[in-house]
Amino acid sequence: MAKRAAPEVNAGSMADIAFLLLIFFLVTTTIETDTGLNRKLPPIDENQDPPIIKQKNIFTVLINGKNQLLVEDELMELKDLRKAAVEFLDNGGGTGEDACSYCKGKKNPESSDNPDKAIISLKNERETTYSTYISVQNELLAAYNQLRDRRAMELYGITFKEMQNNINDANYIGNKAKLKEQVEKIQLEYPQKLSEVQ
Amino acid sequence: MSKFNKKKSGEMPAISTASLPDIVFMLLFFFMVATVMRDTTLKIENQLPSADQVEKLDKKDLVMYIYVGQPQEQYQSKYGKESRIQLNDKFADVSDIKAFIAAERASKREELIPLLTTALKVDKDANMGLVGDIKQELRKENALKINYTTRQGDISNNKKTN
Repeated sequence: MAKRAAPEVNAGSMADIAFLLLIFFLVTTTIETDTGLNRKLPPIDENQDPPIIKQKNIFTVLINGKNQLLVEDELMELKDLRKAAVEFLDNGGGTGEDACSYCKGKKNPESSDNPDKAIISLKNERETTYSTYISVQNELLAAYNQLRDRRAMELYGITFKEMQNNINDANYIGNKAKLKEQVEKIQLEYPQKLSEVQ
Repeated sequence: MSKFNKKKSGEMPAISTASLPDIVFMLLFFFMVATVMRDTTLKIENQLPSADQVEKLDKKDLVMYIYVGQPQEQYQSKYGKESRIQLNDKFADVSDIKAFIAAERASKREELIPLLTTALKVDKDANMGLVGDIKQELRKENALKINYTTRQGDISNNKKTN
């Protein structure tokens, strides 16, 4: 009988497989994006007199040149800062017009009236290390986010972060206008009033 | 009998390499897509601090980058060890930020200017004094949207080098 070589493997479809993989990676890879803490600087407004704010509505955080924290004139560890900030923001000690119906704090009349009035003032010295400053910023933002999350869970059964993700999600099924309204409501109830003093 | 022998006589067929180019192209495309081009060469140390309350900074074309950090070793003889600002490819002073912002704004369409964000990529060992000066300068220029660029991670990572 005539000798016959084994049939060659058909490689015609290899290219298809390759393209399939290529498309798979194209779809699944997300290009690395920078992440960071978004903040807004206050505009320079020379004509305006600074508004008069009651001392009890200000929560002062000072970071000194040795990276120590002085919160409301008391030395504090970084790990306790978030809790202290939450307590201050959520205090709701106001009465009458300033009362806060959704606050769950201690209602201490010596602390903030309501989250809308409460201002966190962050001061730093020139020698403060940037990493400490970012840590403090992070903790203070975390305090706001924690309160917003809690409020969102209460009202809509979903965390604030998820709501924001849904707004940016193109595939979100549901009423986006309504969602946006809900996000704005929570942002209004717990506004980020974080002033960075020079 | 030859019926049973015929297979042994045939040699193993060579594996077709016709698809090799496809595979190579596939890898090529993959890396082309996944690689982020670095548009500035860093002349400073830039170890970003970590934070966990981060937001994504997308729309890359609407971001202005200001780098701050200690000059790298080969520049230390000239510029010293004090933290410096880097704009584009050059070391800069606080006073140069004004021109930098103006140049960046001029290169964008007018309606996009309010959306511009300034990303501060500051080394974690830098001092806040310089950062404060930059912030003041940005306020003067009315570039109020800023982003402290950080890595994602726990803030306890920030302490280790101190």
